[in-house]
Amino acid sequence: MIWGVLQFPGSCDERDALHACELAAGEARLIWHESRDLDGVDAVVVPGGFSYGDYLRAGAVARFAPAMEAVAEMAAGGAPVLGICNGFQVLCEAGLLPGALLRNAELRFRCHQVELIAEGASSAELGGPEHPQLSSRSAFLAGIKPGERLSIPAKHGEGRYYAPDEMLDQLEANGQIAFRYADGHNSNGSQRDIAGVTNDAGNVLGLMPHPEHAVDPLTGSTDGLRLFRGAAAAVGEAAPA
Amino acid sequence: MSVEIAKHRELGLTDSEFELIREKLGREPNDVELAMFSLLWSEHCAYKHSRKLLGRLPTEGERVVMGPGENAGAVDVGNGYAVAFKVESHNHPSAVEPFEGAATGVGGILRDVFAIGARPIAILDSLRFGELDSARSRHLLDGAVRGIGHYGNSIGVATVGGEIYFEEPYEHNCLVNAMCIGLAKTEEMVRAAAAGVGNTVVLMGASTGRDGIGGASVLASAELGEGDEAKRPTVQIGDPFEESKVLECCLELLEKGLLVSLQDLGAAGLTSSAGEMASAGGVGIDLDVAKVPLREADMEPFEIMVSESQERMLAVVEPAKVPEVLALCEKWQTGSAEIGVVTDSGLIRILRGAEVVGEMPVEALVDGCPLYDLQPAEPASWIYGNADVLAERVRAAAGGDASPQDPAATLLALLAAPSIASKRWAFEQYDSVVGSRTVKRPEGADAAVLQLPEAGNAIAVSIDGNGRRVACEPHAGTIEAVLECAQNLACVGAEPLGLTNCLNFGNPEKPAPAWQLDRAVSGLAEACKALGVPVVGGNVSLYNEGPEGPIYPTPVVAMVGELPDPAQVAGSAFAREGDAIALFGPFSPTPHGSELTKLRGELAAGLPEPDVNAVAVACATVREAVRAGRVASAHDISDGGLAVALAESAIGAGFGCRADLQPLRERGCSPEEALFGEGTGGFLLSGARAELEAIGAVVLGEVGGETIEIAAGDHSLILPLAEAERAWRSLDERAEAVA
Repeated sequence: MIWGVLQFPGSCDERDALHACELAAGEARLIWHESRDLDGVDAVVVPGGFSYGDYLRAGAVARFAPAMEAVAEMAAGGAPVLGICNGFQVLCEAGLLPGALLRNAELRFRCHQVELIAEGASSAELGGPEHPQLSSRSAFLAGIKPGERLSIPAKHGEGRYYAPDEMLDQLEANGQIAFRYADGHNSNGSQRDIAGVTNDAGNVLGLMPHPEHAVDPLTGSTDGLRLFRGAAAAVGEAAPA
Repeated sequence: MSVEIAKHRELGLTDSEFELIREKLGREPNDVELAMFSLLWSEHCAYKHSRKLLGRLPTEGERVVMGPGENAGAVDVGNGYAVAFKVESHNHPSAVEPFEGAATGVGGILRDVFAIGARPIAILDSLRFGELDSARSRHLLDGAVRGIGHYGNSIGVATVGGEIYFEEPYEHNCLVNAMCIGLAKTEEMVRAAAAGVGNTVVLMGASTGRDGIGGASVLASAELGEGDEAKRPTVQIGDPFEESKVLECCLELLEKGLLVSLQDLGAAGLTSSAGEMASAGGVGIDLDVAKVPLREADMEPFEIMVSESQERMLAVVEPAKVPEVLALCEKWQTGSAEIGVVTDSGLIRILRGAEVVGEMPVEALVDGCPLYDLQPAEPASWIYGNADVLAERVRAAAGGDASPQDPAATLLALLAAPSIASKRWAFEQYDSVVGSRTVKRPEGADAAVLQLPEAGNAIAVSIDGNGRRVACEPHAGTIEAVLECAQNLACVGAEPLGLTNCLNFGNPEKPAPAWQLDRAVSGLAEACKALGVPVVGGNVSLYNEGPEGPIYPTPVVAMVGELPDPAQVAGSAFAREGDAIALFGPFSPTPHGSELTKLRGELAAGLPEPDVNAVAVACATVREAVRAGRVASAHDISDGGLAVALAESAIGAGFGCRADLQPLRERGCSPEEALFGEGTGGFLLSGARAELEAIGAVVLGEVGGETIEIAAGDHSLILPLAEAERAWRSLDERAEAVA
């Protein structure tokens, strides 16, 4: 298993993401934003931070990075892609995920532990002949059952998930809602408590809270590690023997 | 009278200092030279009123890797790694423009740490404002907290702790002290001394503009007064994205061994960084201002030399390595320009192309400033406002008509006192988890704990300084600040390695602030010697006065300690229902300087002299007990006394508690002193009764229930836990109140 973690000028959480990937399985490498070469990478993480300073609008500049062209190609090929926080914003800006992230309702950056509830069908239920290499659900969700609660830190100033109502209805109907904030944990004002979504095919996942910061019992919780382990297991199973 | 006389005064130089400059140059200084001298001879850069005092501090220790004089101090944490740390003030810029002032305060302290080759891993802040019911204070608080968050969050360094006090004397002159901690491989650390005649001087990072001109002399080295809005142009503007690129670029340059030396551009910009590099290396430097990348084309040489534009670094590079250095700067999309050369002339020469526009001996510029003796005099009486009006305001802010005679109401009022109440509102605006090192987040324990997998252990950091108590008695109050840090470290099982400080005082040219400074430095020296903790660096911020007079004398002390196992750390909250609660340490609380005394408007001079050695022994016992897993929680008894400590440990746990304070009564305390009196040396522990008794702690009661129940003679009280929590959490709404 080889992970690629993008690095933009202004990325903050890329080393933590690298560490989380390696803790789950295999080898992880940083991909410089100017590189179009994702050669040999099985899964991609677009990490948190403030890419290019997030001036103009969060993720608005990073989506044009050469590395993002390569990520779009990988995503189109069905490979697992995870966007965390700023990475989620970048994937939305790039059109790889639906919706947008707006400034928090309280207009303040907030860092705190949040409870998430996993949603939708599990990969086992959705895996099928049209996606033989994986399931149609994100590999990062492979080890997590619908209804399970995860405790993970969130930290952002622009995390209010927004999409038009018709789009939200569609996302719900398609099973594209990956995580919602538990009652009392939607501090940013996200519509319908949405914390994370997938693309239509299911292989691209974005969420505002930081699973890479929940991989060590000493620093809070290990619930985030389950996303990385899930992806490692799914990719491992799909790889030719 | 010549025009220059007026000009040098305007720049903050005295007539005799100006005469001395003329003497050292053997001629009249021109505009460029005068501007440069005025900055490097300011209090901010030359420490001319404080340097003599600072010589009293102990700076030696077997774990010290870098001591005072470098960009940051550093201590050995084992396995070839060192932890670098420094605190610096950005008080006056924050008082004029809190968001940018605080943001650039963080930016500046980060640069100090990565300038020595350490990767910043944590930020802490020590903030002081006027009372919370003042619209100005809430404006400054909001701006400073947003500014700190903006810079620290954007650059990806965790803000893991700090403290905020609200006191009337900071109304006009708030304090913003920022601390950065960095981690480095000891052998890869770099010093700031320029070396190698013929080597190239490279300016990296942001371009140079007109922001922050005269910041060190005009803002930092004079009292605040009317019309400070006009000083806004002297406040710098921060760009954390630029700093993030410069930081990564510098660390990569150092890792590849491409730099001879590195220095940040802080106060006094190019003037001080070039001057200090040349002075430390015993060399000269020629700088060509025509080669400095500018934001505005028509800048004068003196403006370029004194600009405090942020996010800039100065490096000395061997000529053969220059192309590689410039290429790496390009990779990180940050600026770079060859602007000068190291010479053997002993001169700082400023060129504009071929024209020499300034030429000064390094020695005169950097080390030539006269050092002054203070003229301290103890004030005859308490010099701070302490009217009933203040008590009334504090009581009103604390929730209305609490009768100070009713102990439960008094406890509620103290829990709601802004300096004691939870600072969740502030610290949740900071990223405290980035970097994956934060074992104890803010308010989880008495000290921040950061794991260091590289070194196989962890460090703990505490920052403290109760200006009100120092105002009551500067010597004892400063000792208390050091002891509180030591106690906080002990609570998480850490042993002190080193200390840094920021001395925030009033105008040292006046007798009372001079006396406070003199006494405080003596207290700092005594406490550090007794604890065996070296002072590895420090910063001095003087002239902190508003129209109403000086601030409380505020030595902010920051201590870094080491603990072997990050899994063996005690939190400050009770851990389990049914655990015993115990008091430990040489704790003899008194009303002097306490929150209760403030609440009642009865503040007066005087504090009992702490027994440093007894506290040191208690710290060692607690530290070992925590490391051995013998206590389930440990909390230092501080502001608001034992009753507040009990409430804090209970609220954090979500369990009530019962405690009988009879053991303190037996030490001679009145019921009220036992509840709310303050002093050093007290620890509130919880855990198995036998374990607590085995270390000599006195069991007071046990954890459990839904009330805080404290027996203290005729002052016994019962308070529902939920009500206590509501008071303690009340800052969330009150800080948000719109002016």
